[in-house]
Amino acid sequence: MALEKHINILDYTLQSLLRRKFKNIGIIMVFTLVIFTVSSIIFLSYSLRQEAHLLLKNSPEIVVQKMRAGRHELISTWLMTEIRGIPGVSDVEPRYWGYYYDSGVKANYTILGIGASGLENNKVVSGRMPSPHEKNVAAIGRGIADVRVIKKDLGSILYLQAADNKWMNFNIVGIFESDSGIMTADLIVISKEDFKALVSMPDDTATDLAVHVSNEAEIPTVARKIKEQFPDSRPILRDEIIRTYDAVFGWRSGLIITLFMGALIAFIILAWDKATGLSAEEKQEIGILKAIGWETSDVLEMKFWEGLVISLTSFMCGIILAYIHIFFMGASLLAPALKGWSVIYPEFRLAPFIDFYQIAILMSLTVVPYIASTIIPSWKASITDPDIVMRG
Amino acid sequence: MRRSTMFFVFTAINLVIMALLYIQSHISLSEHHILRKDIKEIVKTLHLTDMVLATDARYTRNPTQADLFSAFQDYPGSIEHFPTGSVIPPPDMDSMGKLIEIKTDGP
Repeated sequence: MALEKHINILDYTLQSLLRRKFKNIGIIMVFTLVIFTVSSIIFLSYSLRQEAHLLLKNSPEIVVQKMRAGRHELISTWLMTEIRGIPGVSDVEPRYWGYYYDSGVKANYTILGIGASGLENNKVVSGRMPSPHEKNVAAIGRGIADVRVIKKDLGSILYLQAADNKWMNFNIVGIFESDSGIMTADLIVISKEDFKALVSMPDDTATDLAVHVSNEAEIPTVARKIKEQFPDSRPILRDEIIRTYDAVFGWRSGLIITLFMGALIAFIILAWDKATGLSAEEKQEIGILKAIGWETSDVLEMKFWEGLVISLTSFMCGIILAYIHIFFMGASLLAPALKGWSVIYPEFRLAPFIDFYQIAILMSLTVVPYIASTIIPSWKASITDPDIVMRG
Repeated sequence: MRRSTMFFVFTAINLVIMALLYIQSHISLSEHHILRKDIKEIVKTLHLTDMVLATDARYTRNPTQADLFSAFQDYPGSIEHFPTGSVIPPPDMDSMGKLIEIKTDGP
C-alpha cells in the first residue's frame, strides 16, 4: 500500500512533467549535453593518461640533453664513456632524431636514425625495420603513409630533401600500423648513417643520450651525478616524462580547462535558474495540491521524483553517449582541440579505461545538487498557506 | 501502461546498456592488452619518449623533450601561436628545483 502511494505520486509527477514537456525536454537536453561533455573529457583524459603510464614506462630511464644558452643542442658522443663510468648506469646509447617539415603536404615528421632489430614479429609493424647500417630504407608511420600526396606504402619510395639540398630516396620496407598510431603516426625510422647524412650531423655527435639504469631507486642519484659532472646537460627522468603527461591530462590541465569551462557555465546557469525559484504556474500547482489535501511531505516527494527523473535520465543518457563518442567514434568532437594545426595525427583508438571514482564524483556534483535545487524552492512554497500560494 | 512503469522500463534499459558497455570495455581492454605489448616493444626499441598528440609544434609533439621555455621559444615575450599550445601545457618543471640545488666547485 505504501509502495503504491509512492508509485502514484511518481505517476502524477510524470504526468505533470509531460504537461510542460517542451520546457522539461529542453532541460533534459541541456543537462544531457553537460554530462556528455564532462564525461567525454573524463573518459578521454583518463584513458590517455592510463595509456601514457603504461606505454612510457618503457622509455629510457634518463635522457641526457646538452643545453647551450638555454637551448637544446647536439651532444658529444664521447660523454657516453664517462656516463657509463657512473655507478648504477648499465648502458648508454645515443639517440639520433629530429623533425622534418614536408612543404608538399605542410606536415611535420619526426625522423629517427636507429637501426632496430627485434621487431620482426611485431603485430603492429607491417614489413620490417631498417637494420643498423642499411642504407636508403625506411619504416614509416601510417599517418605519413596516408597524408602524402601520392599514398606511400610498402615497396614505394619516399623522397626527403637533405640539408645539402640533395634528395635522398628511401625504399619503404616497414609501416607502423594505425593501432600503434598514438606513438608512431608521424615517425620515419631510417638508419643512423642515413639520418646523419640527411641532417648533416657532425661525427661524434648525437641528438641526446639514452641512459639505462638497472635499479629504479638509483635513477635520481645517477641524474644528479650527470648534472654535477656536466653542468651544461639536462637529464630528463622517466618519472618526469610520465608526470608531464599527467599534467597534460590532469584536471588542472589546459585541455580540461579549455573544454570544461563552457559546460560548467552552462550547468551553473541551469542550476541557478532552478534554484532561484518556481514559476507562478508551479506555485499555483503546489497550492492546489495542498488545498485538495496533499501533505507537505507528498509535495516534497513529488518534487524529489521530478528532480530524479530529469537528472537521472540526463545522467544515464549523457554517460552512454559519452562512452560511444570516445570509444566507438574516436573522440571525434574533442580530437580537433588536440590536433590544432597538425596535419598528421593518430586515429584515437583508445582503450576504454573507466574511472568509476570520477564518474561517482560527477554524479554527486550534478544529480544531487539538481534534486536539491528542485526541492528547496518547493519546500518554501509548500509550507506556505495554500491560499497565499495560489494568489501568488 | 502506467507512466511509472514506462519510466522504470526506460531506466532499466539504460542500466542494461551501461552494463553491456562495461562488459564491452573489458573485452576491448583485453584486446588492447595484447596489442599494447607490441607497442611497448616499439617504445623500448626505438627509445620513444612522447605520444603523438599534436604534430604542429615541436614542443607539443615532444612536450617532455622541449626547451625549458618552449612556448616562448622565439623570444621571451612572444605569445603562443599554435592552438595546441593552449591545450598541451609546457613540461612539468618540478624537478628543476632539485637540479638547480646542485653544489659546484665554482667561486
